[in-house]
Parts: sequence; C-alpha cells; structure tokens
Amino acid sequence: MKKAFKPGLFLVLIVLCLVIIASGYWSFHNAADRDDGIRRGLDIAGGLYMLMEAVETGDREVDDDAIDRAIAIIRTRIDELGVEEPVIAPQGDDRIRIELPDIDDPEQAREIIGRTAMLKFVGPDGEEIVTGANLDRARAERNPEISPRPFVSLEFDREGRELFAAATEKFYGEPISILLDDEVISEPVVRAIITEGQATIEGDFDYEEASELALLLRSGSLPVELRELESRLVGPTLGQRTEEIAAVAAGAGLALVLLFMILYYRTAGLIAGMALVFYTSLVLFVLSQLPTTLTLPGIAGLILSIGMAVDANVIIFERIKDELRSGRTLRSAMESGFRRAFRAILDANITTLIVTIVLFILASGPVRGFAITLFIGILCSMFTAIVFTRFLMRLAFKAGAIQSGAYVGVKES
Amino acid sequence: MIDFIGNRRKAYLLSIILIFAGAISMITVGLNLGIDFTGGTVFQLNLGDEFSLEEAQAAIDPYEELEGAAIQVVQGRDLAGDPTDEGLIIRGPYMDDDRRDAVMEEFQNRFPRMDMADSRVESVGPVIGGELARQAVLSLAVAIVAMIAYITYRFEFKFALATIFALLHNVLVVLGIFSFLQLEVNVPFVAAILTVFGYSVNDTIVIMDRIRENIQHRKKKDYVEVVNQSINQNLVRSINTSLTTLFVLIALLVGFHYFIGSLDLIIFVIALILGVFVGTYSSIFIASPLWLNLQDYKFNLPGRKAVGN
Repeated sequence: MKKAFKPGLFLVLIVLCLVIIASGYWSFHNAADRDDGIRRGLDIAGGLYMLMEAVETGDREVDDDAIDRAIAIIRTRIDELGVEEPVIAPQGDDRIRIELPDIDDPEQAREIIGRTAMLKFVGPDGEEIVTGANLDRARAERNPEISPRPFVSLEFDREGRELFAAATEKFYGEPISILLDDEVISEPVVRAIITEGQATIEGDFDYEEASELALLLRSGSLPVELRELESRLVGPTLGQRTEEIAAVAAGAGLALVLLFMILYYRTAGLIAGMALVFYTSLVLFVLSQLPTTLTLPGIAGLILSIGMAVDANVIIFERIKDELRSGRTLRSAMESGFRRAFRAILDANITTLIVTIVLFILASGPVRGFAITLFIGILCSMFTAIVFTRFLMRLAFKAGAIQSGAYVGVKES
Repeated sequence: MIDFIGNRRKAYLLSIILIFAGAISMITVGLNLGIDFTGGTVFQLNLGDEFSLEEAQAAIDPYEELEGAAIQVVQGRDLAGDPTDEGLIIRGPYMDDDRRDAVMEEFQNRFPRMDMADSRVESVGPVIGGELARQAVLSLAVAIVAMIAYITYRFEFKFALATIFALLHNVLVVLGIFSFLQLEVNVPFVAAILTVFGYSVNDTIVIMDRIRENIQHRKKKDYVEVVNQSINQNLVRSINTSLTTLFVLIALLVGFHYFIGSLDLIIFVIALILGVFVGTYSSIFIASPLWLNLQDYKFNLPGRKAVGN
C-alpha cells in the first residue's frame, strides 16, 4: 500500500526544515559570538571567585547582622572599583562568596575587599577619641601647602565633630595616634583646637594608596575580619579558548550524530536530526531567557545532552520498527510506537532529573551550573522528542515522505 | 536472540574481577585527589615565551612550599592548528594570597611577557577541601536514595535494588580505573559520576520498562525468557544511544586534548566516556539479570506491584 505523495504538505515540511536549520545556524552563530544573552560563569568569562570566612574581631560577634553589614560595605567598595555585575552573597552562617567578572587587578581587589579598615583616633593616654564610624567624608588630596605628599582629608559627622573638638582641646600640643586596623599610620601633634571636624591623615603613601585608603574609610570599616577559604582566579582568554573549542566540538559531535541517524534511520533519522537541531536552538534560547550561568562543566553537560537527546528518538524509532515487525500498518505502528515509548522516556528522564535536582541543591559553583544546564537540557529534549518529533513524523507521513518501513530504517526482506 | 541470562555468571565474574582489581588499586595507590578535595594551589601560567623546565624550576625554587612540586608543560593549538604559547601547570599545597602573589611576581619578573589573561591561579583551603569531599559523598547518597524511592514508586523495590546495585557497580569500576590510571579527581568528576548515574539508570529503566510490559502480556510468567527477550528487544537502542552519546563526547575529548593541551575538563570527559561504556554494559549484563536473581528473595517492603507476583 503506497501512500499518495502530497506536494503541498511536502513543501510545508521542507520549509519547516529550512527554518529549523536556519534558526539552528543562527543560534549557534550567536553562541559562538557570545551574543546570545547567556551569562557566562567565571570559569569561562574569567574573573575572581573568593570564599571568605568571617572571624570575630575583638568586640564584634559574627552574626547575620554583621555579615549583612560586611556585604553592604564590600559592595560599596567593589562598586567604587567599577567592577560590572559583581556577586557578593552570604553563604552558610559565617561566609561570604564574592564573584568578580572582568577584573583588571585582582591583587588590588583582594586588598580592598579584605581590609577591615577600622580607623581609630587615640589620645596619648590610650583613650579612644573617635572612630571611623563617625566619618562623614574621606578623600585623597594633593596640596603642597599642607603636605609634600598626597594625604587623606577627613570630615566627621556632628557627634564626631564634638568628640574631636573636645579631644583637641584636651590634648593640645600632644600627639594623637591615627590607627588603621590597630596599626599606627600617622601621629600628628595637635596644633589647633579643631571644631569643624576636619582632619588629615598624612603618611608614607602615594596618591593611589591615599585614594585606596580614602575609599576604605568612606565605605566604613568591616564589622568582622574576613579570612580567605578559597580563591579562584581565571584569565578571560583561557576560558574563552575553552568555550570556542567546546563549541567546535559540539558542532562536530552534532554532525556525526546527524550522519549516523540518517544512515541508520533514513527519513525518520533525518527528522530526528531536524528535531535535534531544533533542540539545540531551544536549549540555547531557554538558557538565554533564564537567569542561569553557563559554566564549563555546564557546556559539557549540554553537549552530553545532545547525545542523550537522540535517545528518545532512538527509543521511539526502535519501537515503531518493533510494531512494524509484529505486522501493524505503518500508521498504527507510528502511533503505538510513540505511545509506548512515552512511558519509558518519561521514567528514564525523571530519574536523571532527580540527579540534577540533588546536584542543584547540594553542590555549588560550576557543578551547580552543570546541574541547571543538564536539567534544562533534559526538559527540552523530552519536549522535542515527545511533541516536536511526533509532529514532524505525522506531517512527513501525511505528506507521503514516509511511505513504508524502509523510511524508518527497516530492512525489506 | 542472544542468551544474556544464560551467560550472566560470566558477566558477574568479569565485574567482580574489575571491582576487585579496582579495590586493590584504591587500597594500595589510592585515588589521585585534586585540590578541590585536599586543598592546595594550582598555577596555570602562559609564560608568553619559550622556556626550559630549568628556568621554570628556578622561579619556584625560592618558595619552600613548592619544593618538589611537579611542573607540567601545557601545549595547546589555536583553531588553525598552529601551536600556541607553551604554558605550565604547577600544583602545590595551599598558599595564602601573599605567597601566591609573590610566586606570580617572581614569574612576572622572570618572564615579562607572561599573559595573565591566559592564566589561572586556584587555591583551596584545607577546610573547604574536606567540605567538598563530604558534599560529594552526600550528593551521591541522596541521589541514590531519591532514585530508589522513584523506581520503587514507578516499578517495584526489586527493580530499584537491581538498578542501584548496577549503579554502585558503575561507580566502583570507574573509580577503580581512575585510581589505576591515577587520573586526578576533582569536583567536576563528582558531577560526571552523577551524570553517569543518570545515564545508566536511564538505560536500565528503558529495559525494565520492557520487562514490565512483556510480563503483563504473558500468561505464564517465565522470567528468564522475559528478561532475555526484553534485553534483546532493547539491544539496538542501547547500542545506538551509546554510540551517539560517545560521538559527542569523543569530539569533546579530541577537541580539548588537541587544542587546549591539558585541562581538568578532559578528565571530566574521560569520566563521562568511561561511564557511558560501563553504564551500557551494566544495564545489559548486570541490572536486569540481577533483578532476575532477586526474584528468589522475598522483601516485605512497600512498593507498587507493577510486576505481577
């Protein structure tokens, strides 16, 4: 029984395939140019990842409030450095995770993040006069009339002004120590009673160092001390090279899979190939629409999911062949093949989904990115195999592009 | 039809030998744990110039932490196939930021053309190393329990048990090979193992699904016959899916190996490739035959009786 060839439907099928190929090419091209709206993790984009642990300083316990304040302060400091899209987030009870993409000077960044910057003015009797908490303004200045070297000029708030005025009156003619993180950086002698709350820190620094100190003082002192637990610094070129290679490999792998499917499953294989190209663009599209981060293991997971995405089609086609062998007509073999394969595909994929969910909850960093990518990959591949391939197969059948078992790869005997 | 069931003891024997050999390797040489688990520092530097190992060695000599550290030369290629600058990888114990910066400065002074954009420095403190190891074991355990629960719910407990046995088998074989070849085990490896979990369960369940279906269609329950038939019906699919998955993985492996030279990701891909092989093997030769063997035992556990008893 030959099915009639329908040129109209066949044309629809061809046009659909061309659209899929075009969209596949387009999304692949965009992905290669990184113009796809997908956020890259630090292992690809390059950057600095740090995990810091908060340690008590003398008078401050590590609690949620201290961590929140520390994060706010670090954010202010990072923003002044001009890093784009930084991530500064609490992790667990006493940790802070910092991710800085596109960093020019990691050493400086680390210095600025980690400094407690506890500023103290201490009188000659060892009494604390005023601290950085009462600072209103701090900035680096150069003024040869005041000092030959760059210095930091300070302005206190009202309370600080009063405390400072009282202290300069009390210690007139005596030295006052300026301490940063318990280290004396300057010991000026009081030569005037200062009521406007202005002071300068002169020290052995160049303009850049003075600016850095001013920045630290402006952002306030960290309530707790931070210690490094983990640090990963990746240069941008290194990750980019890896991504390029992965993209080329994905393309080559995809081509091999397509070739194999067409050789083995003939017309049905070609349709599966179309579904696969569709699947690839779908995954890339979904990834670009969700706030996910693509990491290197994530790319590997994605490429793996290309191989696995074919699985659903293979299950379906083998089912159809089985049904044909047991004597069904092509039409009913296709329908029952899809129906029976569905349960196996569902159960098999859900168990893999469970693994990705476990990974997502328990893992962190690039592995977590991997879990998200694989999760999205599996959902997309299920959708593609169950909905899209079926639709294309039916269309191909109606158009007369699939006429007998030979079109699904059954050997005529 | 191939008689998988009749030959199952040979497969069991092969697996036992593999696992046993792997266990010996793990006890004697152990796993080559990377910095993610032990803590430590990795410098991967593109020095921008040709260099000799002696020159690189001289650069790290002043740093006692790096005494005896292995220096590995990395040679990649650009997309046209031309060799890129040689780089090196140094692995050492955990060093704090000041010490790391000092090492970097040392290299920068000795190799002024060093390209920081094409380099990386990763440092994991010992606290984190232990945590990541615990996290890895925990993920494996939770994933196993969750899968047992799901398979028991959808099929029955013995299916779940057979699947998990096959899974543990896969993990042990892959771990054994990693120990034997002394390939570095880092966090991505755990992700690979878990993916292999998903993959081989995937493979196994499709066969189990066939067994479930074939049993329902029979009046007389000859399990040996049913299992054999189900495996055979699924054989082409098992092989084809493994092939397509291997195509992409091997493309990835060749790409990374040829163009990047050395990368943790290569190990990740190797773990996946091994996993696909072992997973396919175990779903055919271990999982379903094992389920058959489990029929001799009675378990009083809840579970949907999808398979008639």
